[in-house]
Amino acid sequence: MTTITSRAPAATRAAPKYGSMKNERLWALRWSYFFLTLFVIFFLTPPVYMLITSLKGSREISSLENPWWVFNPTLENYRELIFSPQFQTFFINSSLVAVIVVTTTMLISVPAAFALSRMKFWGSATLATGVFLTYLIPETLLFIPLFKMMAVFNDLTGIQVLNKWWVNLILYPTLTVPFCTWIMIGYFASIPKELDEAAIIDGATWMQTLTKIFIPVALPGLIAATIFAFTVSWAQFLYPLAFTTSTDQLVLPVGIITTLIKGDVFNWGQIMTGALLGAAPPLILYAFLMDYYIAGLTAGATKG
Amino acid sequence: MVDTAISSAGIERGRATQSRLKAWRGRKSTIAFFMTLPLIVLIAGLVLYPALYAIHLATLNKRMTEFVGLKNFTFLFTRETFWMVVKQSCIFALTAVAFKALLGFIIAHLVHNVPVNKQRRWRGMLLIPWVIPAAMSTLAWLWLFDPSHSAFNWLLEKVGVSPVPWIGDAYWARFCVILVNVWIGSPFFMIMYLAALKSVPEQLYEAAKIDGATWWQTMRYVTLPMMRNIIAITALFSTIVTFANFDIVRVLTRGDPLDKTHVFATWAFRVGIEGGDIPLGASVSLFMVPILTIGAILILRDINRRGNES
Repeated sequence: MTTITSRAPAATRAAPKYGSMKNERLWALRWSYFFLTLFVIFFLTPPVYMLITSLKGSREISSLENPWWVFNPTLENYRELIFSPQFQTFFINSSLVAVIVVTTTMLISVPAAFALSRMKFWGSATLATGVFLTYLIPETLLFIPLFKMMAVFNDLTGIQVLNKWWVNLILYPTLTVPFCTWIMIGYFASIPKELDEAAIIDGATWMQTLTKIFIPVALPGLIAATIFAFTVSWAQFLYPLAFTTSTDQLVLPVGIITTLIKGDVFNWGQIMTGALLGAAPPLILYAFLMDYYIAGLTAGATKG
Repeated sequence: MVDTAISSAGIERGRATQSRLKAWRGRKSTIAFFMTLPLIVLIAGLVLYPALYAIHLATLNKRMTEFVGLKNFTFLFTRETFWMVVKQSCIFALTAVAFKALLGFIIAHLVHNVPVNKQRRWRGMLLIPWVIPAAMSTLAWLWLFDPSHSAFNWLLEKVGVSPVPWIGDAYWARFCVILVNVWIGSPFFMIMYLAALKSVPEQLYEAAKIDGATWWQTMRYVTLPMMRNIIAITALFSTIVTFANFDIVRVLTRGDPLDKTHVFATWAFRVGIEGGDIPLGASVSLFMVPILTIGAILILRDINRRGNES
C-alpha cells in the first residue's frame, strides 16, 4: 500500500490533466484491497480456527471465554495424536495409497495420452472423448455397484478385498486416470509436430520419442497432473468410507472422522489437530508448487 | 526437398527417410493399442461395467435374489423422503453453483485490479479452501457451527444478536451446507475466471474507453462476451460436481435434521451401504444420471464448437 500511495502523487504531477482519473483508479485499488482482505478472512477462517483449537487443552475448549484466542497454548493434542499408533497407521495407509496410486496413474495415463494425442489410430478420437466423459462420471454414481462387484469377487475367488486398505488402490485410479490422461493429451497436443517428426527421422523409437522428447517438454504438465493425482487420492473420502471399516485399514480423513468422533462425544482439540495434520501434505505441496497447481486446474477444463 | 531433386545422394537420403517414416507408421497402431490398453481396461472394467451393473442392480429385490423390474423406482416415488432429496439436491446444486460463480467472478475482478506482481500472493491465499481435503475443512466448519460452542454465535452474542441454531434447524442446516460448498468451490471459479479475464485483449478495453463506454457497458459488451465460454464450461463442470457432492453433507449434517439436508449421494450411501439395501441405493444414485448427461452433452458441444472455431 505504501508504495502505491507514494507513487500516485508523482504520477499526478506528471500528467495533471488526468488527475481525477488517477485518483479514481487509486480508490478502485484501495477498495479492491479492502474487499480482497474481507474475502481472505472468509476463506482462511476455518483453517485458522483449526489451528487455534488444535493448540488448546480440553478445559479451555469447553470454557465459555473467547474461542478465537488461545490463552494457554499447548502442544498436547499434537503429541497425543502423533504418538498414537492408530493415527500412525492412518497416516501410513494414506501415504502408501497416495504414492502407489500416483505412480500407477502416471504409468497408465502418460503412455495413453501420448498414443491418443500423437498416434492417430482407429477409434482414437472416440477414446479421447470417452476419457473426458469418464472424468465427468462422479464416484458417487459408481460406489454402490463397485461395492457389490468387490463382494461378488470375494465370493468367487475367496480373496478378501472389502475392508482392506489396498482396495483403494483399485478404486482411486478411476478418479485420477481419466483426468490425468485428459490434461496430458492437452499438453502433448500443444507440442509442435516437427519436434517428434525430427526424432523419428533420426531413428528414434516411439518409446524414445516419449521419454526423450515428450516427457521433458511437457514436464510442467506432468508435474501438474502428478500433484492433482496426489491431492485427489489424499482427499478421497467416499470410497474408503464405504469400502473399509476396521480401524487398522482406514486412511487418514476417514480415520479421523470415524475414530475421533465417538457417538456424541467430540474431542474437538484432537479432531482439529487431526484435520490440520490431514490437510498438511496437500497444503505443503501447494505452498511449494502453487503455479503448477493452478496450471493443472485451468488446463483440466479449458484444454479441449 | 530442393537438394533431393538435384543430387542423387539426396534422393537416396529422401527415400530412406520416407521408408523409415512409413515402416514406423505401420507399426504404430499396434504400439498405440498396447499403450492405451491399461486405460481401456480400467475404463471398461471399473467405470463402464459398474455403471451398467448399477442399472442391473436397480432391478433386483433387496436380497438380490430375483428380478423385480421397476419396483424399486415405483417404491421410491411413493416415499416422501425421496422427493425431499430430489428437491434438496436441486436447490443445493443450483444455489451453490450460482453463488460460487458470482463470488468467483467478483473475486477474479478484484484480483485482476491489483498490480500484477502482487496478484500471485492474493491468488495463493484465496485458493487454500480448494486445496484442503473437503472432509477435513468441513470438520472445521462443523466445529464453527457447534450447537453449544459455536464460535460464530460467540461473535454474534458480542454484537447483541441471539444465537443461530446453525445445523440444528432444517433451514439453517441447508444454508450451512450451501455456505460450506460455496466456500470450497468459489476459489476454483476465481482461478478460471481470472485466467479468462487475462485472455481478454487490452485493446478492446482501450477501444471501449475511447468510445466513452460506461463501466456497465464495458462489462456487458466486452468482458462478458469474451468470458462467455469459460463461464459456461466452469458452471457446467461445477454443476456436475456439486450435484454429486458427498463429503460436505456427510460430514456436516449426515442428512439431518430429519433427512432434510440429504442429497442423492448421501442418501444413496445411507440406504445402500448403511441400510444394506444395495438395489435401492443403486436406484437412488441412478437418478443423478439425467442431470449428469445433460451437463456432459452441453460441455461436449461447447468443446467441439470451440475446436471447430480454432
